[in-house]
Amino acid sequence: MNTNPKATLSLENGMKFYGEMFGDIKNIAGEVIFTTSMLGYQESFTDPSYAKQILVMTYPNIGNYGFNFDFEESEKILLNGIIVNEKCDNSNNSLSEMNFEAYLRQNKITGLCNVDTRALVLAIREYGNLRGAICLSETPAHEIKQMIDEFDDTNVIQEISTKNKYYISRKYKDITKIGLKIAVIDLGCKKSIINEFIKRESEIVVFPFDADFQEIRDEKPDLIFVSNGPGNPKNATKTIETVNALIGKINICGICMGHQIIGLALGGDTSKLKFGHRGINHPVKNLMNNKIYITSQNHNYFISNLPKKYIDITFQSINDGTIEGICSEKFMIKSVQFHPEASPGPLDVKFIFDDFQNI
Amino acid sequence: MPFNHKIKKILVIGSGATVIGQGAEFDYSGAQACAILKQENIETVIINDNLASIMTEKGVANTIYIEPLNIEIVEKIIIKEKPSHIIGSMGGQTALNLLLELQNEGILGKNKVRVAGTSFESIENGEDRKKFKKLMQKIKQPVIKGDIANDVISGVKIAEEIDYPVVVRPAYTLAGTGGGYAKNEKELREILICAINISAIGQVMIEKSIKGWKEIEFEVIRDNIGNCVVVCSMENIDPVGIHTGDSIVIAPTQTLNNVEYQILRSAAIEIVNAAKINGGCNVQFAVNPKKFEYYVIEINPRISRSSALASKATGYPIAKISTKIALGYNLDEIINEVTGKTYACFEPALDYCVIKIPKWPFDKFLTAKKQLGTKMMATGEVMALSNNIESALMKAIRSLDINQHSLENDDSKTYRTQELKRKIETPDDERIFYIAELIRREYNLEKISEITGINLFFLNKIKNIVVMEEELKNYSIDNITSNLIKKYKQKGFSDKGIAEIIKCKESQISNLRIEYGIFPTYKMVDTCAGEFEAVSPYYYSTYENHNEVIITEGKRILVVGSGPTKIGQGIEFDYCSVNCVLALKKAGVQTIIINNNPATVSTDFNISDKLYFEPLTLEDVMNVVSLEKVFGVILQFGGQTSIKLATTLKKMGVNVLGTSPESIDKTENREKFDVLLENLKIKRPKGKAINTVQEGLDAAKEIIYPMLVRPSYVLGGQGMEIVYNDDELTNYLNNIFKKNNKNSVLIDKYLEGIEIEVDAVCDGDNIFVPGIMKHLNRAGVHSGDSISIYPANDISNNTKKKIIEITEKISLALNVIGMINIQFIEFENEIYVIEVNLRSSRTISYISKVTDLNVVEIATRIILGEKLKDIGFTGLFKEIELFAVKVPVFSTEKLPMVEISLGPEMRSTGETLGVGKTILEALYKGFLGAKINIPPHESIILATICDNKKEEFLDYAKRLFMLGVRFIGTIGTTTYLRNYGIEIQSVRKISEPNSNILEVIQSGVIDLIIDIPKRNNNYESDGFKIRRISAENNITILTSMDAVNYMTQVMEKNFDESDLNIFSLDEIF
Repeated sequence: MNTNPKATLSLENGMKFYGEMFGDIKNIAGEVIFTTSMLGYQESFTDPSYAKQILVMTYPNIGNYGFNFDFEESEKILLNGIIVNEKCDNSNNSLSEMNFEAYLRQNKITGLCNVDTRALVLAIREYGNLRGAICLSETPAHEIKQMIDEFDDTNVIQEISTKNKYYISRKYKDITKIGLKIAVIDLGCKKSIINEFIKRESEIVVFPFDADFQEIRDEKPDLIFVSNGPGNPKNATKTIETVNALIGKINICGICMGHQIIGLALGGDTSKLKFGHRGINHPVKNLMNNKIYITSQNHNYFISNLPKKYIDITFQSINDGTIEGICSEKFMIKSVQFHPEASPGPLDVKFIFDDFQNI
Repeated sequence: MPFNHKIKKILVIGSGATVIGQGAEFDYSGAQACAILKQENIETVIINDNLASIMTEKGVANTIYIEPLNIEIVEKIIIKEKPSHIIGSMGGQTALNLLLELQNEGILGKNKVRVAGTSFESIENGEDRKKFKKLMQKIKQPVIKGDIANDVISGVKIAEEIDYPVVVRPAYTLAGTGGGYAKNEKELREILICAINISAIGQVMIEKSIKGWKEIEFEVIRDNIGNCVVVCSMENIDPVGIHTGDSIVIAPTQTLNNVEYQILRSAAIEIVNAAKINGGCNVQFAVNPKKFEYYVIEINPRISRSSALASKATGYPIAKISTKIALGYNLDEIINEVTGKTYACFEPALDYCVIKIPKWPFDKFLTAKKQLGTKMMATGEVMALSNNIESALMKAIRSLDINQHSLENDDSKTYRTQELKRKIETPDDERIFYIAELIRREYNLEKISEITGINLFFLNKIKNIVVMEEELKNYSIDNITSNLIKKYKQKGFSDKGIAEIIKCKESQISNLRIEYGIFPTYKMVDTCAGEFEAVSPYYYSTYENHNEVIITEGKRILVVGSGPTKIGQGIEFDYCSVNCVLALKKAGVQTIIINNNPATVSTDFNISDKLYFEPLTLEDVMNVVSLEKVFGVILQFGGQTSIKLATTLKKMGVNVLGTSPESIDKTENREKFDVLLENLKIKRPKGKAINTVQEGLDAAKEIIYPMLVRPSYVLGGQGMEIVYNDDELTNYLNNIFKKNNKNSVLIDKYLEGIEIEVDAVCDGDNIFVPGIMKHLNRAGVHSGDSISIYPANDISNNTKKKIIEITEKISLALNVIGMINIQFIEFENEIYVIEVNLRSSRTISYISKVTDLNVVEIATRIILGEKLKDIGFTGLFKEIELFAVKVPVFSTEKLPMVEISLGPEMRSTGETLGVGKTILEALYKGFLGAKINIPPHESIILATICDNKKEEFLDYAKRLFMLGVRFIGTIGTTTYLRNYGIEIQSVRKISEPNSNILEVIQSGVIDLIIDIPKRNNNYESDGFKIRRISAENNITILTSMDAVNYMTQVMEKNFDESDLNIFSLDEIF
């Protein structure tokens, strides 16, 4: 018999969704978003881009193959809450180390289960992403309202970006193929991105989001990488400024928010999507050769405007036509909106990391 | 690349009559392909000899040939129709093999026909095991150790190299026919003889066995420029070792993590790219459950059973998209019909899980060896969707229509734990119930997993249900709470299931549930997990908070489908349901369909205005009725599955449209039926219901042998036999009463007369008979297994008149509104009625197609209130000038230990059509379609004839002998025929010392076997073994004198295939 306490997700528009709280039993607030990814839940939970959000899984049965600490995309879970239709208590996979509930308890993350997640997703589709709070049933209404009102993620990048610069030295596997020296601007970088660079024999320096131009230049990197991250790219003013200064001087690449920041630094603009692209089934078209790729995506914002001169759009979303990738020989830039490192998601676009090597 | 303008006219090859391994799913894919061709305004020609299909329905294509899928016939059609292109990837293995044959014979080249879709080279890369293996090695995809053998000796050698156990797969066969597992050389030799024989090219693959590994499937679509998407991933709950068609399958995969999944996904795409498939392709993997490693098992470079399932599971229409690709389009140019906005170039995201359970024919074939393995045995399948696995499983189980509403099963309770353990070692159709019983007895879950190879994840789900069932036993109707009911409903328990466990009536639970306001919420299948607004009217139930169905304005009618494809209830009923829906739509009615069979056209969400993919139990149907507030329900087109709901639905206040349930009851209740016929002064064979052996013997004195005997509690001729004397009767009754002594046995006089069948429509005042059909097999053979001829040529006008009179009398007496089917026997100039069905029958598609009438549409209009007179149909319809025969098609070779010879119990899985200027031409073509070999004149026939038929056989033997046939016979037959101067060589029966009969059969010298048994179903008899061996070795066998008669005539006629006439549907009438 289930002994999880009754709890409710209250949205800022007044809608309520009922379920049971599990994991870390505490009230939390956040922006409620959904992903349609049917697997790779652990990679999603640990994706820093979800920081401070409440993630709804559209696939109803979560935890089926358990949890394994090798699948982590960051040191700790940064999202505020997880909502599922059904949590699986008896996982089975040869790699499984822990069950769902235990995993959330260990990570002090609040979960809400037995929720009509499809109804919730349809609401998000209709009203866009909303702020909301997962609270135990007895929580007074005013308290819930206050939590929702007070929820603020303006400084989320600052909170999760590395505080200090650090180095990841080259792992020499093949002495004849020494890779690039890469400066990573960390806005909440996923581990698997770093791993892709490591695989390509790179030497890596990771900078905080507010690193300045000179600091980076001093390291003499071959390539700057602007990472993925949570929230609104426009909040990363310092990063935009730094990237702006680096343009045309050093090769720059970016993924997801990094891509948006590059767009802003080029003088473009970003806008918010109604409810984002989150899932591992998003088709994008390579406008250079018309090939289509199924990609992993996780973003709320997109480059809505871009100076046309010297800049090519390389990838486009098939579903809504939004910009999915840009490049510029003149500005020495290549960036993509989707996640070539996947994790979770299809491995079809790993070649993007090779492309980054030769801008 | 947009539309390929070179495509002017296209020939689509269908899959032919339904057999095990190739069922309704190909009618669904064929119909989808044709819908696209129509949409694109491409002149389309279809050839398919499956006369029960929607694909061959008028209007689906410009020209339709229901002609044998035979290379000569197809060549004739190509010459006549001059298509520019041909599609062979929609009609399963049959069409693909035919396409290859056409190519290899140079017929396509000669006639300048090009293939649309996947190229020959690619098909061969996928189908030819040697080439496939080579291709996999080239792209470094791991394949199982093994090699190809063309004979037994090299096969044994390979096995020794790779070590036993090994698995054998013949090349170019469907559903793994003829394959198997061998643990040692002896077993291997047995399998090899059969497998090499059955392979179209005498080639088998021998591989290392990986029994127990996870079986994972991907449905991939690749377009003309190499874009690939994975439409659906599926995990077989039963591991490798059980054919995927016989496995319980779940979508999406459940026990793979992201890393494992993505590796397999990438591999699938790489394989499909390397093979250069244009369109849908199925890729199967075996995955080690202990440590991640995998092998590629095989690919199917065509539309398959799995792709039909994947289409229904995701809402992504694979056959349609594949057809578009074959026409030149690419994935980013094709709109996703479900959303109407996004493109086909994406991977569906599910927000529910899907379970498929196969439907096996073992309830029909009590003697069958039920052990599941690498050869598929299921005739059909059910699918269920829900938000949790337990619920999907429970819904699927009650969809099977096997009277199971929980995992608790009476049969499994009778076994000791030791026995249960043994039972789950060799999987059969009831394994899931045995596993549940073991879990109930607290047997170690890990051990079950070890024995069965079923992942603990799934066993835990079964355990969840068992635990819930056990907990429920603590409650009664008096203390069951709202919360508790809700919890059980969420996990898929039916009201009946709950009622059975807490021992009350189903209606008590239903009433309580309604009182508590617990109703299902319906969710939409939209391919995108809610991300985009969808327009697909495709729903499944859950018990949550939000119901997505919007009730539309206007008159709504619910059509109840026919459930899983099974013997006795095949796709002909889906044909009826679909035509009913289309007729309702024409009449401006909003149509709603409920069905649970993923392989059908009726569950294509484009057919009706709304589709509910749900079980067909009273509760599930009532839920839809109440929610939709339908004007009425139509039950007469879904076979026995739907019609049996009539009485109860009416009682619950539902408007059952058409003939009243009271009338239906009068035809199904034997006593009421007797009274009815007596009042109408219509004869029926004398009969009686008895409850003891003595009563039976007494009745025999009155009725007089031969008699037809059958248990009263089964439908469709199950367990029916003909008895000739007291001994046989006693034997039969003892057997039946031992199994079940609560139900009576029905005894009828057996009249060995001519069987005549009529389908009619009645509006309460008048009747309309589209045609009278005659069965070529004598009474005693189930009507579904008999060759049926139209028009009934040698029936006198007087008899026809009488038949029409009786049909009218019965129809009017029962106030039939809609369909009626009556079977008659003409015996010694008297007409007897043997059966009346107040529903659409198996022969509706047949009679509709040969008369150019849409009988279902006529009946639907009558059900809606029109009158026959007003629409211009009364009396007997004008007969055609050609002859048509419906020939049954069997799959018995795929079902070990099942009797081959025909009897009162139906065994065929499909049917085919033969049309000719003469009866013999029609028959010849029917035989061709049914893959009955017509031996040349100088052939060898093995004859073994029972004593009482020897005399009758003599005439045929003489005629065949005159043609040049050489006979081989068993001792009795040999002696008898020699006395009449017929040369015959003798073989020794199995029971005789140094028997050689089986070796002779297996040696391949025999062209035809005539085996007329005295009685069938005795699986220890010589005859039974002979019949099995011949079926398994693909040798045509005739088991009735009628068949011998027609075969003799056809052989005498000496048809040359090049002389045969071909007729499109338009040319028949």
